[in-house]
Amino acid sequence: MKKLFIFAAALLMSVSTLFAQSEKYTAAMKENIVAIGEAFKNPADLLALANKFERIANAEKTQWLPFYYAAFCQVNSTFITTDKSKSDAIADKATELINQAAVLSPNNSEITVIKSMIASAHLMVDPMSRYMTYGPESSKYLEEAQQQDPANPRPDYLAGQALKYTPEQFGGGCKPALEKLEASVKKFETFKPASDLHPNWGKQQVEAMLVECKK
Amino acid sequence: MFVTNLREMKSFLFLLLMGIVSGSIAQVKISGKVTDQKGRPLPAVSIALKDSYDGATSDSAGNFSFTTTEKGEHVLEASITGYSSYSKNMIIEDREITADISIKELITELKAVVISAGSFEASDKKKGTVLTSLDIVTTASAEGDITGALKTLPGTQQVGETGGLFVRGGSASEAKIYIDGNLVNNFFYSSLPGIASRGRFNPFLFKGTIFSSGGYSALYGQALSSALILESNDLPEKTAASIGIGVVGANAGINKLAKNKRSSWGVSYGFTHLGLAFAVIKQKQDYFKTPVFHEGDVNFRIKTKKGMIKYYGYLSSGDLGYTVNDIDSTSLKNAIGLSNLNTYQNLNWRENIGKGWKSIIGLSYSTDKQNLENELQNADGDKQVFTNPSGYAFKNFYLDTKSYYAQARVLLEKKLAGLNILRFGSDYFYSNEKGTYTLYDGSKYDSKTKDKLYAAFAETDFYLSNNLAMKLGTRLEHSELMGRWNIAPRASLAYKFKNNGQASFAYGIFYQNPETKYQPATADIGYAKATHYILQYQKISSLRTFRTEIFYKDYDHLYKTGTDNFGREVATSNKGFGYAKGIELFWRDKKTIKNMDYWVSYSFLDTKRDYLNFPFEMEPNFVAKHTASFVLKKFVTAWKMNVNASYNFATGRPFYQLKYDNIQDKYILADAGRTINYNNLGFSLNYLPSIGKKDSNKFTVWVLSISNLLGQKQVFNYNYGAINNRKEAIGPTSKRFLYIGCFISFGIDNTENAINNNL
Repeated sequence: MKKLFIFAAALLMSVSTLFAQSEKYTAAMKENIVAIGEAFKNPADLLALANKFERIANAEKTQWLPFYYAAFCQVNSTFITTDKSKSDAIADKATELINQAAVLSPNNSEITVIKSMIASAHLMVDPMSRYMTYGPESSKYLEEAQQQDPANPRPDYLAGQALKYTPEQFGGGCKPALEKLEASVKKFETFKPASDLHPNWGKQQVEAMLVECKK
Repeated sequence: MFVTNLREMKSFLFLLLMGIVSGSIAQVKISGKVTDQKGRPLPAVSIALKDSYDGATSDSAGNFSFTTTEKGEHVLEASITGYSSYSKNMIIEDREITADISIKELITELKAVVISAGSFEASDKKKGTVLTSLDIVTTASAEGDITGALKTLPGTQQVGETGGLFVRGGSASEAKIYIDGNLVNNFFYSSLPGIASRGRFNPFLFKGTIFSSGGYSALYGQALSSALILESNDLPEKTAASIGIGVVGANAGINKLAKNKRSSWGVSYGFTHLGLAFAVIKQKQDYFKTPVFHEGDVNFRIKTKKGMIKYYGYLSSGDLGYTVNDIDSTSLKNAIGLSNLNTYQNLNWRENIGKGWKSIIGLSYSTDKQNLENELQNADGDKQVFTNPSGYAFKNFYLDTKSYYAQARVLLEKKLAGLNILRFGSDYFYSNEKGTYTLYDGSKYDSKTKDKLYAAFAETDFYLSNNLAMKLGTRLEHSELMGRWNIAPRASLAYKFKNNGQASFAYGIFYQNPETKYQPATADIGYAKATHYILQYQKISSLRTFRTEIFYKDYDHLYKTGTDNFGREVATSNKGFGYAKGIELFWRDKKTIKNMDYWVSYSFLDTKRDYLNFPFEMEPNFVAKHTASFVLKKFVTAWKMNVNASYNFATGRPFYQLKYDNIQDKYILADAGRTINYNNLGFSLNYLPSIGKKDSNKFTVWVLSISNLLGQKQVFNYNYGAINNRKEAIGPTSKRFLYIGCFISFGIDNTENAINNNL
């Protein structure tokens, strides 16, 4: 009986520790996720935020989300800067982070979406001579993400975005992009993130892009 | 009892919560400054207290500051890409902590200087390259030939009467070409005097090209001037078949990628028939046998555990014959026939063998069989046999040659700290060339040249910092034919400036055996020798490239020739010498005009030499003082068309008649002059109708290319009659050449590739 008691006590204790830990985790993550929107104004802020997520990731060790957001912030910092000279190094860092996320959560559509964005980040450094290698890689990951979770609205959003910015003569432009953008908007209507912390970005952007394309 | 337990547990929980709450009250501030090894502040460094959420990112002055609730022993970490990692144990109590952090910049490929003196690299992956692989096939004047594209770069000559690369005052035989490290002996199609031949190999076979106009690596040898190093493709991305039809022939091929994507094989066949083209485009020569070529190749590639095995096999046969007026006579003509059978096989195995070691093993075997026939004919095409004067008599002959070449190569590479690399290995070359010369009277003369050449080499890339690097190498060779050793040191140094521009210097000694046709020599001779000194400045940004080089090349122990007992020109001594010096400029710009890419190159060359049968030190007939090229590439999106133009210019080249003077018992300069300037406007269009048809499984490219669009008069050189001293200009075989073709590939959606080239 006494043994059982000790066991129960130990169990309860560890559960409560976990509970407290997870409170701290959830609070920190929420705070940082909220901060993403503001950080998008400045690449340095996004990178600082990436570092915050990375610290959480390294402390937690078993959570894929902080690794995911760290990679997300890193890769996005390359899209909002005009100085592409550091993009390759940042994209490599994002790869390192997203690979750690992938180990913790294999076959994850959201993680594959980031991999596609990383390929695009490499591409943007010198589109003329890199399209051949990174163009197909980027779209390959989007297709993979689509297969992993057909309900995920983000692969369609990014595919639509890529089409929109491709010249019409190459089969791009708003017209072919519409289909993807509309599919994405539709998926966003029913999309429910698994928790407050799970990826839930892109809705406003895709809707705005759709409006722009319908003009 | 249960109640008691519960109460106890509550108190546990209480204590626990208390702990959290109380902990969050006592915060400790940790702050400091991050600098690099030279004390410069480092921004954007991530600072973290290990295993906690606490940390900060350093600001633009390198300062950081954060608070933590952690207590006791902890580890403070700092990290940023491109710098050494930092960690420090610390005990956190109640007091504020100041921790200044110094981290060292690492030598990384992204930041390090590139050792580039003397070499142009075309690659899609590596940084610091001047061209991409696709540039080679979209250069208008290149006409799909690798060396054609290289002729728009500084350092090369616009020689139109013979194939090959003439680099910085060097003859074509001074430039050697390698595929995956293995020497290719007959890179160019067999040709006849006065007709330039193309390279045999399709530029799409290669993913990387390094063209060295001097000071090349110790991994290669036996070339006084230049090395062209080609790297073949790895596994194809997808299974694909292709067909091509053009005005000069047709080809078809397939490349099959295994399901597990670990191996592939491919075959292709090409048929060339110049009948149609020659019917439309008038040729200077009158063809009695239309040039016809059959070519086939096979390849396989297998991914091994940590490397790859690649095989490429090639076979070609060609036949042609034409008549031209005899230079010495107004009524006679020469009927010249040539048939050639060439094979080439290359096996390459590279493997990472662990602990930073990589081994590369290469084997190659090639054969070349050539039958050349010259017949003197009258106006009706009947054979005319003379016995006297001997000048006419020797115009009826057969020359049959058979050559066999083999090479084995082992290269070991060891990665050392940072980017430092040590490479060493050895080469074995076997060559066996046999010739039979049949004279007008049926008498035969055999020649045989056999050589075994052993080489050992070592080279190291050594980075002192991201800004300073050097490459030091040595090559040791022993040729059985020469019966002696040579040792060739090579060194390059590169320094990167703050503005990302870089200066490089290269030095090297290069040795070469005499060409087979001048062997066997009549005396004991050694290697010909060249010493290169190259100084370069280069600045590459992603869309613009500027580079300039100054060089000095010293030639020594060049071969002098004389006539042997059978009247053949053979090497008689090593007493030749010479020099080449010059300055070169290259500018490429993809930025200034949208969707337009252009480059300009200019070379100034001052060179003289005394070699072969030259009576004294003089300018050889394959060099122009000033050479310039302008290459333009523009994609017109609305037309789905790539428009390419190129203009090549060279000042006139010297020409001369060297005659043997029996009285003085030596060659004398009987006549000399300079040709007119060389101008060539090339133009090509690539129409890509499949672009944008995403779902289409086939990709089509239409090609139209025209050489010498303006029809400008071109004189490459002059021939002199051996009997009557008549002088005759050597020009192109036709005023212009027009090519129209269509290539279709199935299975691969190449849209991306095409866009890549044109965005």
